[in-house]
Amino acid sequence: MSLDDVLGLFNYWMVIVLMMTGLYIVVSRGNLVKKIVGLNIFQTSVFLLYISMGKVSGGTAPILTGKPEVYSNPLPHVLILTAIVVGVATTALGLALVVRIKNAYGSIEEDEIQTMDLVAESEAETTGHRR
Amino acid sequence: MIDTTINFALLLFLAATAFSILRRTTLFSVVMLSGVFSFVSALLLVHLDAVDVAFTEAAVGAGISTVLMLSTLALTARHEAPASRSRALPLIVVFLTGLALIYGTLDMPHFGDPSAPVHTHVAPRYITATATEIGIPNIVTAVLASYRGFDTLGETTVIFTAGIGVLLLLAGTIREPTGLRITAMDHHLVLRVVTKVLIGPILLFALYVQFHGDYGPGGGFQAGVIFAAAFIIYALVFGLEAARRAVPGRAVRWILAAGVLMYGGVGVVSFFFGKNYLDYSALGATATAGQHLGILLVEFGVGMTVSAVMVSTYYAFAGQNRPIGDEEW
Repeated sequence: MSLDDVLGLFNYWMVIVLMMTGLYIVVSRGNLVKKIVGLNIFQTSVFLLYISMGKVSGGTAPILTGKPEVYSNPLPHVLILTAIVVGVATTALGLALVVRIKNAYGSIEEDEIQTMDLVAESEAETTGHRR
Repeated sequence: MIDTTINFALLLFLAATAFSILRRTTLFSVVMLSGVFSFVSALLLVHLDAVDVAFTEAAVGAGISTVLMLSTLALTARHEAPASRSRALPLIVVFLTGLALIYGTLDMPHFGDPSAPVHTHVAPRYITATATEIGIPNIVTAVLASYRGFDTLGETTVIFTAGIGVLLLLAGTIREPTGLRITAMDHHLVLRVVTKVLIGPILLFALYVQFHGDYGPGGGFQAGVIFAAAFIIYALVFGLEAARRAVPGRAVRWILAAGVLMYGGVGVVSFFFGKNYLDYSALGATATAGQHLGILLVEFGVGMTVSAVMVSTYYAFAGQNRPIGDEEW
């Protein structure tokens, strides 16, 4: 592997580092708000992966100027533009769920919520009621 | 050389921000850092020639997302509980996944390579044909609203559905308007004056972004978010009741549906001219005039739905039982 390879693939590697940081936050942290922030980091890194692939060396933004120019690839841009807005709409949905979980359980820590669920389940079993 | 340096510096800055998000346990700093993360990634997107995308990311990630997350914190918790289980297993899983992904990149075409398959397949068709077929300079808008109009309709519907979902989830617990003004920000004179000065230009800029999207970076998605930001900043500083008096929640919900209806309706109109769904070429005297009109209308529909979803989501969060008291931060 030459220096050329390293420079040419560095963007993708950094994107993977960001992606894995996001994934690690999602799987290792129990706080639901922090999980959503982790998901957002993961999501942004996917955006950067797509846009990095659309870049052409020496190219410019894909807005026609009337002169012959090299344009970067517009297709990843279209894909990611709508994905960002859909992303914030789904983030809002996730946050709304977090608020409702807080109302129902009084906590937004995954461990505490699971413990409460287990306690409720065993209580239901001892009193003979099915949930 | 300078390009490469900027690129690497921004990527390293992003990684540093992500690591500090990982390490912080105060959720307030986590949320603010995630705003920083969005803003730096917007800078990087400008550097990678994706001006439309960067515009959206700056408005959405650094603006609306941060406000929504802070509203959630005000209703839930301010600190993350200390770890109660081992983190060795997640670390191993993440490390192995990362290694597999890096192995996968080894075959990829190098960054910026103009002969990469992604640049030689269909992309040149859109770059060369947009000027004659659609007649607008911004290729991203042309693909978004015309060539790929079906997909954008689908995405607008997803945003619509997510907005409805938030309203359904939080509607049961929304505080009824009491007529009392929340006076949390009354003593922040500078904030109030600056906000009053800013709201006009923000709304005007949103309209510019909306209707200039054919010619420069912009369009319905960005404009909708910026438009909503003006109302959200008003609600933040002058209180939710004042914002509800200016724009009632019922009106916002009507606009929410009207935007999607408008987008879908433009498609139905093309039926009556004997064209395919969302083929705008019959809407005007010439094919490109029809495309201009069609793109303007569907982008307006997108802008309506996006801004209404953002505003009604904010109303739903801010209207919950605990108003944000600024001294509690």
